[in-house]
Amino acid sequence: MIATIAFYVFAVVLLVAAAMVVSSRNPVHSVLFLILAFFNAAGLFLIAGAEFLAMILMIVYVGAVAVLFLFVVMMLDVNFAELRSGFQRYLPIGATIGAVLFIELVLVVGGWSIGPLSEGARFAPTPANVHNTAALGRLIYTDYVFLFQAAGLVLLVAMIGAIVLTLRERKSSRHQIIRLQNSRTVAETLEMVPVSLGANINTLGIYRPKVTEPEEVLADESDSEALLGHHGGGSGGAGAHHAPEVR
Amino acid sequence: MLAVGGLPVGLGHYLTVAAILLVLGVFGIFLNRKNVIIILMSIELILLSVNLNLVAFSAALGDLVGQVFAMFVLTVAAAEAAIGLAVVVVYFRNRGSIQVEDVNLMKG
Repeated sequence: MIATIAFYVFAVVLLVAAAMVVSSRNPVHSVLFLILAFFNAAGLFLIAGAEFLAMILMIVYVGAVAVLFLFVVMMLDVNFAELRSGFQRYLPIGATIGAVLFIELVLVVGGWSIGPLSEGARFAPTPANVHNTAALGRLIYTDYVFLFQAAGLVLLVAMIGAIVLTLRERKSSRHQIIRLQNSRTVAETLEMVPVSLGANINTLGIYRPKVTEPEEVLADESDSEALLGHHGGGSGGAGAHHAPEVR
Repeated sequence: MLAVGGLPVGLGHYLTVAAILLVLGVFGIFLNRKNVIIILMSIELILLSVNLNLVAFSAALGDLVGQVFAMFVLTVAAAEAAIGLAVVVVYFRNRGSIQVEDVNLMKG
């Protein structure tokens, strides 16, 4: 009885939240209603006995995906009111297609029932006296271990893809180029200066290497490849700068 | 319908909720044809309805494979959201707009 009431409450809130997601004026509200919808879907999962999936839904969707949506919506400086200008125009066709789809689904679900043989055709019958999480774990790590690994691979590729897509190399960043550092030779970093007897820092002056980089920067700032070469020269120059001081 | 499993309500109830959720998702795609972020959220709703169906059938039939499959659907949906939002961010950075109608670089 309680479960039935809970089902109806969760289902109604889920559907109302989903309707608000697609019809909300503000995308931030849409994201928040999406979170509400996921919470209620997790409730429906719990009623169906899928406790592990309910918790995963909470963690993955509410904790990661919805927050990602929220970040992107708030980060992009988009005039969202302008994006809604075609709302009235697309309403009829959207409603028509939605109605047709819903009628089709009603026809499919209405004229259909589970066959008598399907009980014997189960892949993995739910074991008795075992928690949902434990039963799922036994199944995933034995029969479906390759699929599980493939899912991990999908997530890895998605992570790398997202990083590659959004990574932006700033032109002004001062980073280390190990290739150029390793290919330095003594000749270009160390210079022997003849010092006469009794000379001190006042008579010799502070020795500094010839700095020619700033002109190069102005010349080929647009070319990233040349900029890369410049950075190497810059780090080499810094090294040459240090050598006489040490000496 | 088969009366097995731990569903306190009928399987038809779950299927109806999932069907309405799917229709709402498709409706949202048509309604917000200019806003790609809402379109991505609608796709999430559609995938959620699929998950709901899988879990409902899994509970009704007493077959755990439905839940395993729902977990994989969840994984793919999370990856899809991450990649989709990354593409949106990159597109906004390059063009300064995320209007779907402006996305015509590959149109001949």
